[in-house]
Amino acid sequence: MKKIKLLLLIVFILFPLKLNALIEVDITRGNLNPLPIAVSALYADKDTKEILKKEIKIDQIGYEISSVIENNLKATGLFNPLEKKAFLQKPDVAHLKPRFEDWSLIKAQALITGKVEFKDDKVRVEFRLWDVLAAREMLALAFTTVPNNWRRIGHIISDKIYERLTGEKGYFDTRIIYVSEEGPKTKRVKKLAIMDQDGFNNKYLTLGNELVLTPRFNPTNQMVTYLSYFKNLPRVYLLDIETGIQEVVGDFPGMTFAPRFSPDGKKIIMSFAKDGNSDIYTMDLENRIVERITNHPSIDTSPSYSPNGKFITFNSDRSGYQQIYVMKSDGSNVKRISFGNGLYGTPVWSPRGDLIAFTKLHKGKFYIGVMRTDGTGERLLTENYYQEAPSWSPNGRVLIFYRETKSNSEGKGFSAKLWSIDLTGYNERQVITETDASDPSWSSLLTN
Amino acid sequence: MIFNKPTYKLILASIFAFLLTACAQKAAKIDSQIQGDVYTGTDTVEYLADGVPDRVFFATNESVLTTASRDTLRKQAAWLRKNSDINVVLEGHADERGTREYNLALGERRANAAKDYLMTYGISENRISVISYGKERPVDSGSNPLSWSKNRRSVTVKAN
Repeated sequence: MKKIKLLLLIVFILFPLKLNALIEVDITRGNLNPLPIAVSALYADKDTKEILKKEIKIDQIGYEISSVIENNLKATGLFNPLEKKAFLQKPDVAHLKPRFEDWSLIKAQALITGKVEFKDDKVRVEFRLWDVLAAREMLALAFTTVPNNWRRIGHIISDKIYERLTGEKGYFDTRIIYVSEEGPKTKRVKKLAIMDQDGFNNKYLTLGNELVLTPRFNPTNQMVTYLSYFKNLPRVYLLDIETGIQEVVGDFPGMTFAPRFSPDGKKIIMSFAKDGNSDIYTMDLENRIVERITNHPSIDTSPSYSPNGKFITFNSDRSGYQQIYVMKSDGSNVKRISFGNGLYGTPVWSPRGDLIAFTKLHKGKFYIGVMRTDGTGERLLTENYYQEAPSWSPNGRVLIFYRETKSNSEGKGFSAKLWSIDLTGYNERQVITETDASDPSWSSLLTN
Repeated sequence: MIFNKPTYKLILASIFAFLLTACAQKAAKIDSQIQGDVYTGTDTVEYLADGVPDRVFFATNESVLTTASRDTLRKQAAWLRKNSDINVVLEGHADERGTREYNLALGERRANAAKDYLMTYGISENRISVISYGKERPVDSGSNPLSWSKNRRSVTVKAN
């Protein structure tokens, strides 16, 4: 497996002026009025363009980076990037000093300008965010990195803009690990795959020789835990994405499954099934000490820690049917929190700590929803024929999950795709993948 | 053509009656293969030996063995007692209408229900291993109640 190049990143704060933002984007409401924003192509001089064309086969680097930013902002549903054709000012001039009247004429409320330079085998990208109505600069930063990382620069800039305008961390410089699916339903071939949050830089991490399921990121590093049927023994594995090294961690006398990391990344919590009973266990990754957390003759699975590590939410059928429970991380104080009609599964604790996302099955329909951690305030975000397994964006504002379609008796019509929806229940989008896809897991921000 | 009201009603009624019969016939066809949500047909069944079916079926979300399942497993146990050199793997499966992780646990529970029954009929534990595939290996690709009922199963497979 290819080593993933670490991003060398140097950040300069160009103008550390603290101004009160006049533009504010409220992310707690639906996308009723997305903010009109003009993303000017970043300026690159002739030499820079030519060198980068030779080095990384990218023709219009400034334009390409601005497209990454535009697509990210558009996908949030909070911003409305304006047509570049309508722009009156050239990128280099606008970056020096925008003529705000020109930008307000096309109804832009915010403007992004920038410049790309090539120096000492690195690219330096600077950008500025302007408040058009107040006619002033809101943010200015520069980044230096190796040319191949140019898309990540676009993502980092998107994160900075999102943060400046919404007051919350972004989620663009992140990756999604998922299961790529191909072939007929009865003989599905599944591989682990990873891609940037916007679907680019897709890579396959396994070959498809054995069934793999439910990959999940370590929130603190580039490790992944997942279930593999290697040698027909379903066990929890650990994979280092950077080195490609895999090892079995749940080598118990029976199936281990449903793995997830603890918030500090030091433990794996998972189910262990033996003699028809699944209970929840943790394993300390340093000393390999195993602790049993639940001990109940029912099925206990899909455990997920609260971000402070003090609580665990999990799925159990101890009431007779699949429901969601919360307990202390030592397994004490087990409380059922789902009481609505239907079955509940796949609870995942929000990285903000305030909500638990879940899958609900009721009257033949599947829902992705959220509830408070005490079970109150249940809200169903989306209904479909089949969908499950939500995973939170690192800022706790968006969920990614997978959705399957019905098939006829020959299996025709079946598909599995990734979708995202924001917490308001608006802005549902398909996340495009090369193949069919399931079990997505969202990484933390790669840089902070 | 203009119908007077009663004729119009009569035509509607007969169309409705026709549709009803059509539905009833279709339901009856499925009914003959599903009883109380459990598959009772033989479409997908293979045989370990003459008269020894390889699989048992379950109701939605259940791992309780039906009378027919227990009958099948007693036949398997008798066959295994006669063929003491053969070991088996019990493969537990779920249908596609459940969350993946819960279904893995459910498949394991189903296969173990079958294992326990074989053991009470004298088959030693060390001759039986168990694996759950959850909903990962359906035998029927359809998205309908009949297909799902065929997929909720525990299959006894020769291990050697």
